[in-house]
Amino acid sequence: MKKSPSFVSHRNRLESVVEQGVPDNGDTPPSSKTITVALAGQPNVGKSTVFNVLTGLNQHVGNWPGKTIEQKVGTCHYEDTTVTIVDLPGTYSLSANSPEELIAREYIICEQPDVVAVIINAAALERNLYLLAELLALPSPVVVGLNMVDVANHEGMKVEPEVLQAALGVPVVSMVATRNEGVGDLVEAIVRLAVGDLPYEPKVPEIRPDHKDVLAELRALCDGHVPEPYPPEWVALKLLEGDREVTRTMEAHLPDAIWLKVHAVLRAHEDAVVDVAGGRYEWIGRMTRAALVRPRVGQVTFTDRLDRVATHPLWGLLLLAGMLGVVFGLTYTIGMPLQDWLDTAVIGGLADLAGNLLSKAPVWLRSLVIDGVLGGAGMVVTFLPILLIFFAVLGLLEDMGYMARAAYVMDRFMHLMGLHGKSFMPLFLGFGCSVPAVVGTRIIESRRARLLTVLLAPLVPCSARMAVLALLAPAFFGPAAPLVSWGLILLSLLVLALSGVVLNRVLFRGRRAAFIMELPLYHLPNWRTIGLLVWQRTVEFLKKAGTIILAISVLIWAFSRLPYGEVETSLLAGLGRLLAPVGGLMGLDWRMMVALLTSFVAKENSVATLGVLFGSAEFTVGGGSGQLTELLRSTLTPAAGLAFLTVQMLFIPCAATVAAIRQETGSWKWVGLSMGFLLVVSFGTAIGIYQLAGLVGV
Amino acid sequence: MVPLSELHVGEVGVVQVLSGGRGVVSRLAALGFTPEAEVRVMQNFGRGPLIVSVRDTRIALGRGEAGKIRVLKKEAVR
Repeated sequence: MKKSPSFVSHRNRLESVVEQGVPDNGDTPPSSKTITVALAGQPNVGKSTVFNVLTGLNQHVGNWPGKTIEQKVGTCHYEDTTVTIVDLPGTYSLSANSPEELIAREYIICEQPDVVAVIINAAALERNLYLLAELLALPSPVVVGLNMVDVANHEGMKVEPEVLQAALGVPVVSMVATRNEGVGDLVEAIVRLAVGDLPYEPKVPEIRPDHKDVLAELRALCDGHVPEPYPPEWVALKLLEGDREVTRTMEAHLPDAIWLKVHAVLRAHEDAVVDVAGGRYEWIGRMTRAALVRPRVGQVTFTDRLDRVATHPLWGLLLLAGMLGVVFGLTYTIGMPLQDWLDTAVIGGLADLAGNLLSKAPVWLRSLVIDGVLGGAGMVVTFLPILLIFFAVLGLLEDMGYMARAAYVMDRFMHLMGLHGKSFMPLFLGFGCSVPAVVGTRIIESRRARLLTVLLAPLVPCSARMAVLALLAPAFFGPAAPLVSWGLILLSLLVLALSGVVLNRVLFRGRRAAFIMELPLYHLPNWRTIGLLVWQRTVEFLKKAGTIILAISVLIWAFSRLPYGEVETSLLAGLGRLLAPVGGLMGLDWRMMVALLTSFVAKENSVATLGVLFGSAEFTVGGGSGQLTELLRSTLTPAAGLAFLTVQMLFIPCAATVAAIRQETGSWKWVGLSMGFLLVVSFGTAIGIYQLAGLVGV
Repeated sequence: MVPLSELHVGEVGVVQVLSGGRGVVSRLAALGFTPEAEVRVMQNFGRGPLIVSVRDTRIALGRGEAGKIRVLKKEAVR
């Protein structure tokens, strides 16, 4: 018999979940009373609010092993019981349509939590119960948290929890998590269900009569071959649904002769997936018939009214532009000055302090601390105020339900690049910093669209690039600088759009991911949820800055010092000289090329490097210097200056972003592709501009 | 039977058949686009994505995806 590699690796993955800090109740003595709960739910049901209310700051954010999908684990207490809560990814179903769905069901099947608590949005009861219909086919007992009851009432719907509980045969707890109502009742129900203190007689959905025989046939064929701990009944059902993962696993576990029979049965019932789903919805219809009172037909709700503007092709775009304007406004009025202050006062102050403390230390050590650590990783940290603004505003818009509308409005434009609206959010984050932009591509379901967005994200001018632009454009162009700056930002976006169109054609042959996205109801923001989100994103960013960004900064610093301790004679300068012929095509000498290369540590470094190479030692990253301006103007023609700024805007991103790309794509191949692509695009565009300027005689 | 993308704003269609790849069909079915489900078109400008309402949920659909859902037009209720 063939062995399934996928099954073995699932097991390993889940074991490492336990190592990461999920106390496995199987290993602890029964007297300590620890239970494990998996928190399930569809997207937009307020699940993260429930999780946050339950666990507060008592939570651990990591990744699901081997995945870039966030995993949150937390604990709370009920009387003398410790409840470990594992927050499953938000999923509409438990089919293997996305990695999230796979993670959720693998966790429940393999880890067998004591209870699964499924959070349900009362305002979209039928669709939400679909997940419950799937969960009831798995072994763990289920509690239903009927959330957002207030939103449902607002939409004119009435749900009777007692009636629903009687129909389903599972405990149903009514709650409004944003107001902390009913969350305690949910914990109580979880703990009581875990110890068998609550009645539990679920009415498990059955398959439609016309598919009963096929299901039984599949079940019989697979008998004795289904790997533990998968329930055979569930495996047969998933086979009938055409589930990719289960089909693959069973193909590996079944003897060839039986697999051929199974395959033939499945071929004859290829359309069963819709019927199985339809059967679940029929079951849902029966369950909710008595419990749900709907509004009058045609009642115009609050969400409908807002959406007339927010999703309109013209007004929606203007609204979005206005919101982005606010973000940029905040960035310029609050973020940039704070960043500047952190840079000059804090990082500059620390550099002075380090200089004094290390005055007797070897020169290389002083340089390592000041230029490598503080100038690289420290520099990245100064952008935190700008990121905080982005995180907070985007978190607020997301929590209110607006972000899906922004994605919808932008879909028309993203469509041209073979992407859909969802890619807009991470790309927008890129104006703040490319690192969270790359990390933010996680929300995109299709791997193809995600990779394309990762490739494009560095072309969004980040705030560090814009800071360099703001510093150097006046040096080359004096009063015309603002015009040139805006032109270059527009050029970056144009290059991004063109790259998207081309990359989509070349790499992905123009295929386009399906655009199916829920537009949640608008609701008042929950400050706690937003606050925690901002906090977690910030911690994640700082962790990166302290680890991988720090390591790469130091590495690049070493290249810029070795072997003789001078930038001019370093390995990096050698590389700059090698690149001089390419630089010649855009009117740049080796010094400009080295400045460009050092921007790999942090974008601002190109300014500092220019200061060093042009012998203007007082010129530091944060402060201005008239001397450098003079030197640059006398060395470079305006055309070469424009070419330098162009290549600077489009060049490979900083080391921090490269590290993020590596993490998100999970392969060096994609990192290499991204770097190669950006090198070609940045040099190509800059050479084109320089030559064009030469032709028109600038 | 017409593709959902051909319905106008306010019109209601009853889902008949889903076509397309298994992944898309499975996702659509899970969201409630199953035979006999009623879908109301909330926004359709003739090009670009649509907004429809199915089972109390507003869902944005690409025009391509909406074309894969074939519906029977129901006489307007209002």
